[in-house]
Amino acid sequence: MSLIRFFKTIFMIDFLTGLIMAIKEIFKPKKTINYPFEKGSISPRARGEHALRRYPNGEERCIACKLCEAVCPAQAITIESSEREDGSRKTTRYDIDMLKCIYCGLCEQSCPVDAIVQGPNFEFATETREELYYNKEKLLENGDRWENILAANINADSSHR
Amino acid sequence: MVELIIFFEQIYRILFLLIPVLVSVAMIVWLDRRVWAFVQKRRGPNVVGPFGLFQTLADALKYIFKEIIIPASSNKVIFILAPIVTMTLALIAWAVIPFSETFVLADINVGILYLFAVSSLGVYGIIMGGWASNSKYPFLGAIRSAAQMVSYEVSIGVIIINVLLCVGSLNLSDIVLAQKDLWFVIPLFPMFIIFFISALAETNRPPFDLPEAEAELVAGYQTEYSGMMYAMFWLGEYANILLMCAMGSILFLGGWLSPIDLFPFNVIPAPIWLILKILFLFILFALIKAIVPRYRYDQLMKLGWKIFLPFSLIYVVLTASFLMYFDLLPGN
Repeated sequence: MSLIRFFKTIFMIDFLTGLIMAIKEIFKPKKTINYPFEKGSISPRARGEHALRRYPNGEERCIACKLCEAVCPAQAITIESSEREDGSRKTTRYDIDMLKCIYCGLCEQSCPVDAIVQGPNFEFATETREELYYNKEKLLENGDRWENILAANINADSSHR
Repeated sequence: MVELIIFFEQIYRILFLLIPVLVSVAMIVWLDRRVWAFVQKRRGPNVVGPFGLFQTLADALKYIFKEIIIPASSNKVIFILAPIVTMTLALIAWAVIPFSETFVLADINVGILYLFAVSSLGVYGIIMGGWASNSKYPFLGAIRSAAQMVSYEVSIGVIIINVLLCVGSLNLSDIVLAQKDLWFVIPLFPMFIIFFISALAETNRPPFDLPEAEAELVAGYQTEYSGMMYAMFWLGEYANILLMCAMGSILFLGGWLSPIDLFPFNVIPAPIWLILKILFLFILFALIKAIVPRYRYDQLMKLGWKIFLPFSLIYVVLTASFLMYFDLLPGN
């Protein structure tokens, strides 16, 4: 052990330097956000809660092609469809098991009409499992609620698609 | 009838000390987490109550509602007894701490010896918990803790001898009054540093938290504990930390005395000064937790036996020689 090292150990120079640095750090601005009261920014590509979108005239976008059902790696999507009176094919059932879902975003990518999308909402925790088995009504309701943000996000990301 | 009145009077006096101690333990846990977070530029608990002050109460409430799981292969009596012993021993030591010249629960003549003995007994709670769990991680944690606490107790004992040489009494009030002119932290500064580091080891605080080194031992002796029993270990640990801070401020920082006997300082009531000194030491404890990495076990033992013990023994000889040579021995 060299003499300098010996004196550094005896007088705890390294330790005291660390202590002074720690005291300085206390008064610096915080790096974390005060989460439930302030929120961080979210990318337009964020893959959060699912939503089924509508056209501006109120018609559902989904054409029941079942591409999302096929591509879903967790097999969380269940779709049943039938022909409507006007001859168009529409879904009679569109269920997503949010507990099975792995939020990979493949359903959104596979959709030819931008019907099923994943929105920016990630705070949809519930108290029971049953509330997380989403059906068509719930998904459409989500779509209506988040439509402005969803449309803006798709528009912002369109140049990269 | 008279006995009954005396009995209740004593009970009230004990509660008057015990409840503030328990409340301050809860607050100190909050302070610890908060300081730790601030050093790491986080916010720490700040939601429950003003500035998150009631966080510990909320945590305690959660622990009360949790299930207590007793392992099937454990020694049930000792398993249940262990956290009770830890908590009790951490609290009874407060009986002799003098908060002012008059405000002390038990003004016994061997106060410092009592304090030392009770804090040494604290290791029993941990050994009992670790052994009765009948599981490998708690057992290893308990063995580590026992070896560590016994090692550092030795140097704390020698440091106390240093102070006693300067005072000539084992009464804690006398120790504080002997520091009226000069706090012992000035002549015995190296001893204060060693006492502080030994106190860290004694209370299993980082960098000496090997008994509960979570990377190796899950949670050490607390691994099998859950619910309120875990919370009692936890509160006992913090009560011990607070006790060590109180001991440090009484032995070296002049207890309830104000730093200078001048107007704005000497009107502040005595207990406030003691509390401020305890808080100062505790914030140091918390800062150290945030900045230091954990020691290796052989380094810990080397520090205790090869450096602290010889150094404090030499310092005893030096102090004694100095006092003899300049004829400053107390009682003369």
